Amino acid sequence: MRIILTIILTSFLLPSAGRTIIVGPNQSIRSLKKGIEQAKDKDSIILLAGVYKEGSITLTKSLTITGQNNPVLDGENKYEILLISGKHIIIRGITFLNSGYSAMNDFAAVKLVDCSNITIENNTVRNAYFAIHISNTAFAVIRNNRIIGSPLSEQMTGNGIHLWKSKNATIEKNSIQGHRDGIYFEFVTRSLIVDNQSEKNIRYGLHFMFSNDDSYYRNTFRNNGAGVAVMYSKKVTMAGNHFEQNWGPSSYGILLKDITDSDIRLNTFYKNSVGIHMEGSSRIVIQKNSFDENGWALKIQASCDDNVFHYNNFTGNTFDVGTNGTMVLNEFINNYWDKYEGYDINRDGIGDVPYHPVSMYSMIVQQNPYALILLRSFTVSLLDKAEKAIPSLTPEHLLDNKPMMKQITL
Amino acid sequence: MIKLSKYVLYDILRSRIILAYTLFLFIVSLSMFQMEENSSKAMLSLLNIVLIVLPLISLVFTTIHYYNSYEFIELMLSQPLSRTRILLSEFVGVSISLLSAFFIGAGVPVLLFAANDTGFALLFAGGALTLVFTSIAFLAAVYARDKARGIGFALLLWFYFALIYDGLVLLILFSFSDYPLEKLTLVLSALNPIDLGRIFIMLRMDIGALMGYTGALYKDFFGSGSGILFTVGIMMLWVVLPLWLAVRKFKRKDL
Repeated sequence: MRIILTIILTSFLLPSAGRTIIVGPNQSIRSLKKGIEQAKDKDSIILLAGVYKEGSITLTKSLTITGQNNPVLDGENKYEILLISGKHIIIRGITFLNSGYSAMNDFAAVKLVDCSNITIENNTVRNAYFAIHISNTAFAVIRNNRIIGSPLSEQMTGNGIHLWKSKNATIEKNSIQGHRDGIYFEFVTRSLIVDNQSEKNIRYGLHFMFSNDDSYYRNTFRNNGAGVAVMYSKKVTMAGNHFEQNWGPSSYGILLKDITDSDIRLNTFYKNSVGIHMEGSSRIVIQKNSFDENGWALKIQASCDDNVFHYNNFTGNTFDVGTNGTMVLNEFINNYWDKYEGYDINRDGIGDVPYHPVSMYSMIVQQNPYALILLRSFTVSLLDKAEKAIPSLTPEHLLDNKPMMKQITL
Repeated sequence: MIKLSKYVLYDILRSRIILAYTLFLFIVSLSMFQMEENSSKAMLSLLNIVLIVLPLISLVFTTIHYYNSYEFIELMLSQPLSRTRILLSEFVGVSISLLSAFFIGAGVPVLLFAANDTGFALLFAGGALTLVFTSIAFLAAVYARDKARGIGFALLLWFYFALIYDGLVLLILFSFSDYPLEKLTLVLSALNPIDLGRIFIMLRMDIGALMGYTGALYKDFFGSGSGILFTVGIMMLWVVLPLWLAVRKFKRKDL
């Protein structure tokens, strides 16, 4: 009985496994192209260590290609290395080197066109124009890849992980540096960006446009030319991310432009020129974030409405909030502000007088940036004090009615 | 001259005011570092002390000292000594005592708790401001006829440099906001030693905000090697120029 059962079970398992083809410098099949040619759907190819200079490789069959001991596919600065167009494909453990540059085409180390269910994991991409370029693809998983570019100028460098018109993608645990945008999303829906490290990219760490229903969690964006930009999207969730050291004349932790119905939670903004810059955004809930040692923690243009800021910590920022008008359609409540000087008579942990996060001087600097030269001068602090007593220039409705007395533990 | 300065120094030390000033600075800076959990916040409060209290004390102390030692100066003038020498040795004596008060009172805590770039910038700015305002106080004292006027004049100068000047700068920036003002702000900052000291320290503190578009400009200028030379040079000028004017007046003055 047991023997019959085993035979039945194994007969179920066997056909799905397919054949395994071994490609290597000392094997009967020496090139990956030939290996792919001989394989059928559901086969596996094991690529042994070695350097393969095969120009452009096209893959349309449902294969699993696994690199053993770091095989290198070299594009010799001329070719697009691997073009994938198919479904149920896994690419694993391969180093892609020197993909070509073209001003006409978006050459990439790995390009996915019209695919579904693709997994790209544990690969290394070095010195590519675009590293991983994905378009019109569903259910792509990009995991654990190391992408290192050598940036020249914005025009000469492509994006690290580039997605266009895709859905249900998962971008996970990758580290990207030295590209134009670390991760680029355009028309991408219902996708996840988790645990990635994007740093030292010359433009944005993450660039995000027209992409609805996406989430990004626990990523670190550090020292990118202009931080992170999220634009023209709905229902975006951003939680547990670190935005650090995005310094520069037009650099932001996050730039939010025309974002609606989104959720920004438990993020850390540390040492950015501007923590969050908001423009034309509505119905965003910003809670439990910590803003530490930024130039401006928040810059909220008067075009934003119905945003709620609560339970955030603001510590050591030069300016807490900057705005460009007196119209206030956003709500601040229960935040901790280290510049708060009120009292708490009934000892419920909530300050009894409201806090005005927009200082007179931050309004002055918004109107006349040259006035930055007076930062921290005695006159300016006197002006701020006077304005606090009798508000005239600052938006008097922009206030936190229930500021917390102690820093919130997040 | 050195001998004369030594006598001035002894005289100052005997009055104990300078010791009280040292103790005050020491206690204030120490308690700031103890109270604030991170040293950069303490530095911020210390910055205010350096920019406000230091010039005030230097001005008032120097003017009062000048009038108190008027008889001593008169006695010295009856000796075969040049007037320039007498005034300069007075200056050296006073400035050494004020400088050592600052470096012991504020310098030791800063070196203990924040011996970094910002800390050294603060010490430099503090030392320079002490010298500048001692020199300005000599000018005020030499020009004014009696003690009350001299102190009043010194206070007025402090008021101008610490408060009114920045208000004027703000006024200028707003009334000419349609014009490119980069160069002008740099020039304006050089015309007030307190502003110059503040910018010098600030560039090492608020880098985040200053890296904004205009901030980048200031940073490029003041943060570069030539900017530091510019700051040091202008500060020197602020020490030498009032002192030179004071000496010139003192030489011709009918005492």
